Amino acid sequence: MPRKTQVQATINGEPMDFLCEPRQSLLEILRDIIGLTGTKEGCNDGNCGACTVILDGRVVTSCLVLGVEVEGCEITTIEGIAIGHTLHPIQQAFLENAALQCGVCTPGFIVASKALLDENPNPTEEEIRFWLANNLCRCTGYDKIVRAVQAAAATLQETTA
Amino acid sequence: MSTTSHEPNMVLVNEEFDVVGTRPIRHDGVDKVTGRALYGADHDTVGMLHGSILRSPHAHARIVSIDTSKAEALTGVFAVVTGQDLPETNAGTMVDTGGGNVDLKYLRENILARDKALYRGHAVAAVAASSLHIANEAAALIEVEYEVLEYVGSALDGMKKDAPLLHDDLKTNELGEKTDEPSNVATHFQFSKGDLEKGFEEADVAVEREFENVTVHQGYLEPQVATALWNEDGRLHIWCSTQGSFVVRGACSKILDLPVSQIRVVPMEIGGGFGGKLDVYQEPVAALLSKKTGRAVKIVMTRADVFEGTGPAPASHIKVKIGAKKDGTITAAQAYLAYEAGAFPGSPVGAAGMTVFAAYDVENIVVDGYDVVVNKPKSAAYRAPGAPNAAFAAEQVIDEIARALEIDPIDFRLQNAAKEGTRRVDGPAYPRIGCVEVLEAMKNHPHYKSPIEGPNRGRGVGIGFWFNIGFPSSCTIMVNDDGTVNLVEGSTDIGGTRASIAMQAAEVLGIAAEDVCPTVVDTDSIGYTSFTAGSRTTFATGWAAYEAANDIKRQMIERAAKIWEVDADAVEFENGVFKSENGSTLSMNFKELAGKLGATGGPIVGRAAVNPRHAGGSFAGNIVDVEVDPETGKVEILRFTVVQDAGKAIHPSYVEGQMQGGSVQGIGWALNEEYYMDDQGRMANTSLLDYRMPTSLDVPMIDTVIVEVANPGHPYGVRGVGEANIIPTTPTIANAIHDATGLRMQRLPMNPGAIMEAAWNQRK
Amino acid sequence: MAQHGDRVRMLAGGTDLLVQLRSGALDNVNVVLDIKTIPELNEVAYDPGDGLTLGAAVPCYKIYNNREVAQAYPGLIDAASIIGGTQIQGRASLGGNLCNAAPSGDSIPAMIALGGVANVAGPHGERTVPVEEFCTGPGRNVLQQGEMLVSIHFPAPEARSGARYIRFIPRNEMDIAVAGAGVSVVLENGTITSARVSLASVAPTPLFVREAGAALVGKPATEESVKIASEIAREAATPITDMRGTTEYRKHLCEVLTRRALLTAIERAKEN
Repeated sequence: MPRKTQVQATINGEPMDFLCEPRQSLLEILRDIIGLTGTKEGCNDGNCGACTVILDGRVVTSCLVLGVEVEGCEITTIEGIAIGHTLHPIQQAFLENAALQCGVCTPGFIVASKALLDENPNPTEEEIRFWLANNLCRCTGYDKIVRAVQAAAATLQETTA
Repeated sequence: MSTTSHEPNMVLVNEEFDVVGTRPIRHDGVDKVTGRALYGADHDTVGMLHGSILRSPHAHARIVSIDTSKAEALTGVFAVVTGQDLPETNAGTMVDTGGGNVDLKYLRENILARDKALYRGHAVAAVAASSLHIANEAAALIEVEYEVLEYVGSALDGMKKDAPLLHDDLKTNELGEKTDEPSNVATHFQFSKGDLEKGFEEADVAVEREFENVTVHQGYLEPQVATALWNEDGRLHIWCSTQGSFVVRGACSKILDLPVSQIRVVPMEIGGGFGGKLDVYQEPVAALLSKKTGRAVKIVMTRADVFEGTGPAPASHIKVKIGAKKDGTITAAQAYLAYEAGAFPGSPVGAAGMTVFAAYDVENIVVDGYDVVVNKPKSAAYRAPGAPNAAFAAEQVIDEIARALEIDPIDFRLQNAAKEGTRRVDGPAYPRIGCVEVLEAMKNHPHYKSPIEGPNRGRGVGIGFWFNIGFPSSCTIMVNDDGTVNLVEGSTDIGGTRASIAMQAAEVLGIAAEDVCPTVVDTDSIGYTSFTAGSRTTFATGWAAYEAANDIKRQMIERAAKIWEVDADAVEFENGVFKSENGSTLSMNFKELAGKLGATGGPIVGRAAVNPRHAGGSFAGNIVDVEVDPETGKVEILRFTVVQDAGKAIHPSYVEGQMQGGSVQGIGWALNEEYYMDDQGRMANTSLLDYRMPTSLDVPMIDTVIVEVANPGHPYGVRGVGEANIIPTTPTIANAIHDATGLRMQRLPMNPGAIMEAAWNQRK
Repeated sequence: MAQHGDRVRMLAGGTDLLVQLRSGALDNVNVVLDIKTIPELNEVAYDPGDGLTLGAAVPCYKIYNNREVAQAYPGLIDAASIIGGTQIQGRASLGGNLCNAAPSGDSIPAMIALGGVANVAGPHGERTVPVEEFCTGPGRNVLQQGEMLVSIHFPAPEARSGARYIRFIPRNEMDIAVAGAGVSVVLENGTITSARVSLASVAPTPLFVREAGAALVGKPATEESVKIASEIAREAATPITDMRGTTEYRKHLCEVLTRRALLTAIERAKEN
């Protein structure tokens, strides 16, 4: 059995410490070791986006990152999107626009959308769709998801204006 | 670039209510946008082991021997099971799991193979170990000796005289009579109406075409997962991703030969199903491993397992012939439907036969359907199972005839539209239905009236029908002293049904949707409730909630009467207020009365169990504009409008969501999705990279129109909406491609390579 | 690396490697070496006179978010911005794309078109390999035991040069290229003075079609000239039939994509 490595990383603003085998993905560590089960597994090969997290400021599919690679890194998962007791405008927009049905892709979409709006606060529909193309949804047909992101962008622009 | 939505979504409201028809935030929403909601894979128990299933690499093979010794010897492995570990009691009987009648021997064989592996991906053995990595390593150490056999790769191949046989004991049910010879054809049925020959003689034009559908998958994002704990007291607990906890209970009961009272199924939140999670796959395997190890065992499917080891939608070979008079009257319709059941009988060819011409009032029809076993995973339901394949065929032939007669394609359909009283080929006469209303909404929609301009562009239309089902549901409601109620039900919430069910109760009680707290509970905690499928949940479980709320209402009226010391029939309840004229007017609203319950006799609990008989069928239609790149064959969906009769949209946002979701699945089905089979009967594209479902960049906004033709068989007029919307999509896109290019695509998917090839063939 | 021989693989973005390890395609490999900590492999050094040196581990997003690089090498950005999807681009590197040596590697024709040269380091010193010679077969490259790709160097773009990579995929993102064309041209007074044409997914390795570029030299930058080159590209392609496309369809696409890419490259060159 391979020896475990100790890794220290900041997850949702909190310094954390865990042991993992080299073959364990960040997704596995988040879900099975740390207990943050909000990030989901849909394919384990980077093609569905359900495992999306933000790693050192950039969205990635956590299934294709090894736990041992995140030493010293900052990670944001769905559990870190709400602002304390208050939903992030993106989360609120998903609710108000009925942008989820089964909800399993929703954490990935919310994290990816937050990264988009952090970088591009006023994206066009095409830019939204292009950015989110690595996130699959089988229930909604994407219409209400795109509208939710547009609504969230508008809300965020109002509050920062 | 502005939004691609061309028209705002419309709801053609039939009747107004206070709560029904509004758009509250769904009750489970916060948990789902914060990642707190617990899906099957999120469930852990103390001391849990992880299971891994070994699957057949061959499409068809005899299992000569299985040696599990090396696997068992691996450190960290706790148990190994094979098909030998399943009971053999009652083999050869038909059982009802709650999901329909199935042969118990076949049901068990699909869980773990016995003598033969009947498809690549067929489960052959399973391991429980302390980690998933070790379980996978151990599974690879199980040595299975196979005698590879010739495989059957399609329905037509399976029907050939010298085809290899999958089952020695399968004999054709030929038009209701059991035959003697073993065959791959499980059933041949026929529906007929009128005089087909006469009908074609009357026709001025007739078109006959053949069509191929390949195997596709429901494509739910969440793989199947089940955790089983077979306790020392003999009770089996299962936490799983399922559309029907009571069906899991029923199926496991039959498979494991255990009374249902010994099984508790906890439906976790589900990451999509679309019909693919109505059957059990690894639940009984996890149970067997749990029994052997004395620990809980969790088995999660990989994406490849999902493609190869669950239940895709069947491939089919279909011939449709339709004849019509010059004046546009359809005089005859005929269909030949050969469906791949997969490794065991039971394709949805019957439903295909019922729906193929369901949108039309035609006097003379014959439909022949064949259920054929092939060496592929056993097919399962996928959103209106059977109907999309049939529509791909029929709606294109309809399109051709309309063109030949130079009649507008919607007008042609209107002229022949099914109405109340129209008799379908399988027998029933329609009650009040909305086929005409849907077609008229399509015709009047700005999309249809807008010009389609530019080269290589075309427009198509299509329509489809799904019956929707009733089946039993139960509901319990408890009144809290602050005027809110707790509503307990057993329907897995796939797409917002906690809300639509709660809203129907709220409507009865005159309270806000937010004042109903709905919970989905396990099979120990609620009366029998059928699956979340068949477009039944808002209809049937909503009805149970409606009845339970009425039970509350009756009891509250009695309590008010007691408080006011009047007779119960002197108390009225309207707009959320209890009133009695007793000299002066006595009145209390729901909240006030709720606050008095404790002091006036105790809590009030309402309950209901329903088995509604009059599910309302739903028609759905599409208008689609496409542009086809003539140099690459790539199709871009420029504009998409879906119209559907919901009877009554309880929560319009989630009805729109069903319509949009089904439409985009249809787009994927039309343009790219397929099981690409190699020359050894194996799926070559078992990943989401090469099984190409639409991404957000592949589709425009999906504009919706909800038509409301109330279902007279439901208190609020609800017709199920989940399924019909996928039916017209593949033929509508095919019709649009034809309009743009002149190419009639007779095979799915209509991917770019296929379209170029069709174009080259046409030029030859 | 010396310690583990052929049981070790370099790990940059991991978006190909991890998938292959899990699928059992690399059964003999059981060690990965995280090279992202090596400074030279993370470097993005652009100088208008010298050109661009791109570390092998630099992820795609860092390339296209780099304004200078994006402006100077749009042909490279074409590829970097479409590999996989947004999340994949957060990890995948062009160096990894090259070393993975898939015939369909989107960045490779783009790099060939730009005259990219690979800088390799090993136990016996350093050497350079033109990108078009780097891949030797499907999944195989020129790296010898103990060698690694350090960076890729691109010459400074000439005045009036333009480059373009386009691929054909059945969806609009996420797919492996059915065929791809990476091209570059240099113009002088409306005449093409040099050109490079490279194809993805139509041969055992990404294909550098010297003859197609050569056929454009001295020709006017017109559709007719482009058509000659795109026909040559189609002739040069030797695609197979697999689940992503047939031989006939892929050859056809070579002509279409080369033509379309060249026309865009010419436009970019005119604007440059």
